[in-house]
Amino acid sequence: MRKLLFENLFKSPLTEVRPASDLSMLAELASSLGLVARQKLGRSLSIREIDAGSCNGCELEIHALGNAFYDIERFGLRFVASPRHADVLLVTGPVTRNMREALERTYNATPAPKWVVAVGDCASDGGCFAGSYAVVGGVSEVVPVDLHIGGCPPSPEVLLKGLIALIEQTANGGHST
Amino acid sequence: MPDMIEALGGAAPVCSHLPWPRRIVDAETWSELAGHLAEGRWTLAGLWGDIGAVHMALLDARQGELAVATLECPAGQFPSIARHHAPAQRLERTVSDLFGLKAVDAPDDRNWLDHGRWLVRHPLGACSTAAGDGEPYAFLAAEGEGLHQIAVGPVHAGIIEPGHFRFTANGETIVRLEERLGYVHKGIESLMAGAPLERTARLAARTSGDSTVAYSIAYARAVEAALGLEIPARAHWLRALMAELERVANHLGDIGAVCNDAAFALMHAHTGVLRERVLRQSNASFGHRLMMDKVIPGGVAGDLDRPGIDGIRSLVATIRETFPRLIALYDNTASLQDRTVGTGTLTHALALQYGCGGYAGRASGRSFDVRRDFAYPPYDTLQFDVPLFQEGDVNARLWVRIREVEQSLGLIDQILDGIPSGETSVAVARAGEPREGVALVEGFRGDILCWLRLDPAGDVERCHLRDPSWFQWPLLEATIEGNIVADFPLCNKSFNCSYSGHDL
Ligand code: SF4
Repeated sequence: MRKLLFENLFKSPLTEVRPASDLSMLAELASSLGLVARQKLGRSLSIREIDAGSCNGCELEIHALGNAFYDIERFGLRFVASPRHADVLLVTGPVTRNMREALERTYNATPAPKWVVAVGDCASDGGCFAGSYAVVGGVSEVVPVDLHIGGCPPSPEVLLKGLIALIEQTANGGHST
Repeated sequence: MPDMIEALGGAAPVCSHLPWPRRIVDAETWSELAGHLAEGRWTLAGLWGDIGAVHMALLDARQGELAVATLECPAGQFPSIARHHAPAQRLERTVSDLFGLKAVDAPDDRNWLDHGRWLVRHPLGACSTAAGDGEPYAFLAAEGEGLHQIAVGPVHAGIIEPGHFRFTANGETIVRLEERLGYVHKGIESLMAGAPLERTARLAARTSGDSTVAYSIAYARAVEAALGLEIPARAHWLRALMAELERVANHLGDIGAVCNDAAFALMHAHTGVLRERVLRQSNASFGHRLMMDKVIPGGVAGDLDRPGIDGIRSLVATIRETFPRLIALYDNTASLQDRTVGTGTLTHALALQYGCGGYAGRASGRSFDVRRDFAYPPYDTLQFDVPLFQEGDVNARLWVRIREVEQSLGLIDQILDGIPSGETSVAVARAGEPREGVALVEGFRGDILCWLRLDPAGDVERCHLRDPSWFQWPLLEATIEGNIVADFPLCNKSFNCSYSGHDL
């Protein structure tokens, strides 16, 4: 193990340059977050991930944000284990009827100010599962959504762009819904 | 031992059912089959509902045979298989939830996927409306002095899928775990009913995202079997290439994740880098990081060009260079082994009884791999071993996966060396009559069954997808007994069952 650790001291890091935040997502945020500063959180957000019915593809790419290439924590973004510690809920999947209540309760357990990011095509309108007896629809059918990050699944780079846009807006004083 | 197909007797269905037979049996034969399953002669490979009938897939792993038995249920009921053979339990509960067909004398008649939240009852059968405001669920009791319960989920602490675990523990030691699943039930099979092939393919590809390639292959093979469609050789080879990349990516990610659940983050960091390299190369070679929708009925979408091949070769070289040092790291870290060795032991007997597929079965001495035992092209012409361990603990499940990464790299070499040139897909024509097809495919997690019936217009009338997790989830309950609560995440991750694939 020592050898492995030692070698890595001399390799250049794999971590890649920060992607620019996505302009269209910035625009969505500008309107949803508003202009009035309600609370300064600094440049750091705690994220709680909720799978509300996903196929697990979105989870794989959210996981990838933690690998050395994307290293999400350098942006002050951190995944936390409890909604009570979270500023942001990252919700995937079409919301299934069986998950609806769990999503609502998780949302209610998150202290304000809070932001909801709907990840993946399913989370925006139910995706290819829309219309099923077992599916409510997109996340905004159940809780208010501040930002949609599309894709099936969105790549880690796209996820990162969206989350950086969010952190920039909140640092500028955007308030949550 | 009686031949499985002979034992079925019965009548063949009106429409053709390929490549393995389907027989319509009477209630007596149906019950006899339960006896054969209970005695371990054959393996239960699936049990699912249809309009007014139940189907059961049986597997004879030694002979490489598969057959489907059908029992018509005009009275809305059928003799319970689970009464004699426990692995059928959750499948029968699901048939009841979705179709309203009742298993008579079933040992457990609680709902399974239906949590009382849908606005309908029996959505795939004789549908009726429901209030949808939820129903209490009676968890099984565990009684004794000093026992307490811990309820976990459906929302878990990590970035994982939702499900509920009810632990009964005595201090740190788990006395009983009961799973409650179904939270991510999306009604995939109802969305498929009546849908055109392309739409159904997209749904099949999203049954369990981590196995999207394997699901797409299973679905495509079932369609092709039904239609008697021969696809170009190159398409078979490209499918296998994608399937092996998917296997390697998942194994790498999970090997690290299991170590991470034992608080050994270094391994996770390194395998995470390798996994990311596989996904990036998959994107470069096939145009999608998870290769979603790249396998289609009739072949594959797109082709692999020279840079795509070269990239995969250098990816394989990188993994070969890095991976052995990570294996040594795992093998030489006593504090890590202390957590994995002897933890969460699945017995050989249970693995056999449940027909437990994939690394979970192979770590407990069940030597079964569809790529070898029901070899479909191109695996029938490729050389590979099926790694087998006997210990059945977290450590053994990790070793199977480590060895499988090595085997998959060997397969990728052979595929790149031997891939035939030519077309990558053929047009899919409708048959003009009802047709049925079935396929069994080895995903990274184990065998995936796909059964479907096409209508004369070529649309899907009924499609059933059975994830390997159906026969692994119940074993996690058995495996965890007597372990400590703190080892549950480790055990759970070492099985890594799919929630979405199971809940559908
Ligand atoms: S958006 Fe795609 S990857 Fe994400 S949950 Fe939906 S189907 Fe799966």
